[in-house]
Amino acid sequence: MKIVKLPKEKLAEFLSCLRAFGEIHAPTKRGEKSHVFAPLKEPAGIELDYTRTILPLKKYFLPPMETMFNFQAEKGYETPAEESDKKYIIFGVHPCDIHSLKILDLVFGGKYVDGHYFSRRSKAAIIGLDCIPDEFCFCRSTGTDFVDDGFDLFLSDIEDSYLVRVGTSLGDDMVKAADTLFQEVTVQDREKYKKKSIQRGQSFQSEIQLQDLPEIMDLEYESQIWQELGEECLGCGTCSMVCPTCYCYAVFDELNLDAASGQRIRRWDSCLFKDYALVAGGHNFRAQRSSRVKNRYFHKQRGFVSQYGRPSCVGCGRCKEYCPAGVDIIEVVNKLRSETRV
Amino acid sequence: MYEPQNTLQGPSLYQPYPARIIRTLPQIPDHQLFQVRFEQEDMVKSFTYRPGQFLMLSVLGTGEAPFSISSSPTRPGVIELCVRQIGRVTKALFNLPPNALVGIRGPYGNGFPLEQLRGNNLLLVAGGLGMAPLRSLLWYALDNRAKFKDVILMYGGRNPDEMLFKYELLNLIDRADVKCLLTVDNDPEGIWKARIGVVTKLFDHVEIDPENTFAAVCGPSVMFKFVLEKLLQRNFSKDRILMSLERNMQCGVGKCGHCMIGYKYTCLDGPIFTYWDAINLPEMI
Repeated sequence: MKIVKLPKEKLAEFLSCLRAFGEIHAPTKRGEKSHVFAPLKEPAGIELDYTRTILPLKKYFLPPMETMFNFQAEKGYETPAEESDKKYIIFGVHPCDIHSLKILDLVFGGKYVDGHYFSRRSKAAIIGLDCIPDEFCFCRSTGTDFVDDGFDLFLSDIEDSYLVRVGTSLGDDMVKAADTLFQEVTVQDREKYKKKSIQRGQSFQSEIQLQDLPEIMDLEYESQIWQELGEECLGCGTCSMVCPTCYCYAVFDELNLDAASGQRIRRWDSCLFKDYALVAGGHNFRAQRSSRVKNRYFHKQRGFVSQYGRPSCVGCGRCKEYCPAGVDIIEVVNKLRSETRV
Repeated sequence: MYEPQNTLQGPSLYQPYPARIIRTLPQIPDHQLFQVRFEQEDMVKSFTYRPGQFLMLSVLGTGEAPFSISSSPTRPGVIELCVRQIGRVTKALFNLPPNALVGIRGPYGNGFPLEQLRGNNLLLVAGGLGMAPLRSLLWYALDNRAKFKDVILMYGGRNPDEMLFKYELLNLIDRADVKCLLTVDNDPEGIWKARIGVVTKLFDHVEIDPENTFAAVCGPSVMFKFVLEKLLQRNFSKDRILMSLERNMQCGVGKCGHCMIGYKYTCLDGPIFTYWDAINLPEMI
């Protein structure tokens, strides 16, 4: 893989050059401590020191709410006019979030390809950025602390510069368009990178053991843990909204005031919501909150493994940081494991 | 053997194709058989499916819901859906005027494993609305009669007024190439000419070779439990017992998440599951 170096003082200039490739979205501050991905107006507004944004990148590809198509009485269903061809560059994406996009690609691809998702995906370039984990991060346990692909460019911080991995032809074009800003990687740079890598590896404070977790979960299917968790959980669905790999959505029709036309809309949903598994006639397959919490864990850590060969959790720590009831995935997994050992 | 498989994909994967309800046939209270035909002539001819598959039907302005297909692909042109008026979409469906425009996309789901069923005896056991998906397999087998050995249907309802496809099925009783056993729990008016009693009692009237038979069971969960006992008593392999499951479905194609059971999507991996699948999936029955 081609690797070049970008001195940090050239970053603002590079961002200016990037505008030719699309609208730049980057982590910016929201309130005191939080960050969000938002359009970058001034290069100075970029906050590359962030750990995680509140909402993950899925908001760009599976918007919280979107019109899938329109309908009209006696005409039927019509595709809305093509969204603009506007290109985006999402700058400063951490490895866990890049992995989450690769997971969403699996879900929205396959036998039935979701064109809504992929048309947006094809319009956005991804520029990754490495990070130092905080107390919520457990991406090393989920194997998502590094990325080999899924980005156009990937920046690794080596004190005064970034090492820039070039992942795609588009990424190469971006580097070429700002050719004078980049330098060759020196021996010292390589040493700095390795030093940084060790330092990063030592910064992890949270671990979760995922090997053989599917089997443990099967064993603990009837465990009291799920009851307790059901009582802690508020069923608010925050964890689903902030989860970079939660993709469930609900579909509904919205009627216009003429009562003869309208839109079919999809909107983020959560398996923790009470009516999630409700069917016509009133039977609810998961009426108990404990069964809904259990289902969420099973789908992430057990079901996804059966389907796609890996858990869908990327260890970003959002569910733990934002849960208003303080439910901690690491604690849950540890409890499941320790109960098994007794 | 009939080998369908070409799921419709519009400009949006989720955008239904226009179709019309060309006829509605009242069945029993709150149940109707809807005959639906695509607007586009080429689709009328090309649309095919596998017994046990389902489609997503949209009522404009109300929404979309999954329905198993009650007709057989051996009789193309018109799609039949046997529907109980029970939820938001079905209520709107029952209130539509004649020849109303609806939307259809599909077919989805695995359907019955026809390649495996071929050359075997078929035992279809239905209760109540469970006849809806099994009717597709029944007519498929009767229209491809040489491909199967014995075909047995056991169907039970609460009383004669609640038997779906009543006259169509009563007409099968005298046919030599199918053993059609119909029963009702009660016959308060004394009008029922077939059997009386629960559906499991019908097992007393048939010889079954479990090694060469597939059982397809569909009905309320109470019935399923007792039928299952009977089948296991008769040494049926758990792989040879097939069932169709119902879940909340909002996309039909494994994206929206709602029909997930344990590790499987009902819409992609089902809705037809073997009993062995069922045992291995939490929450399944």
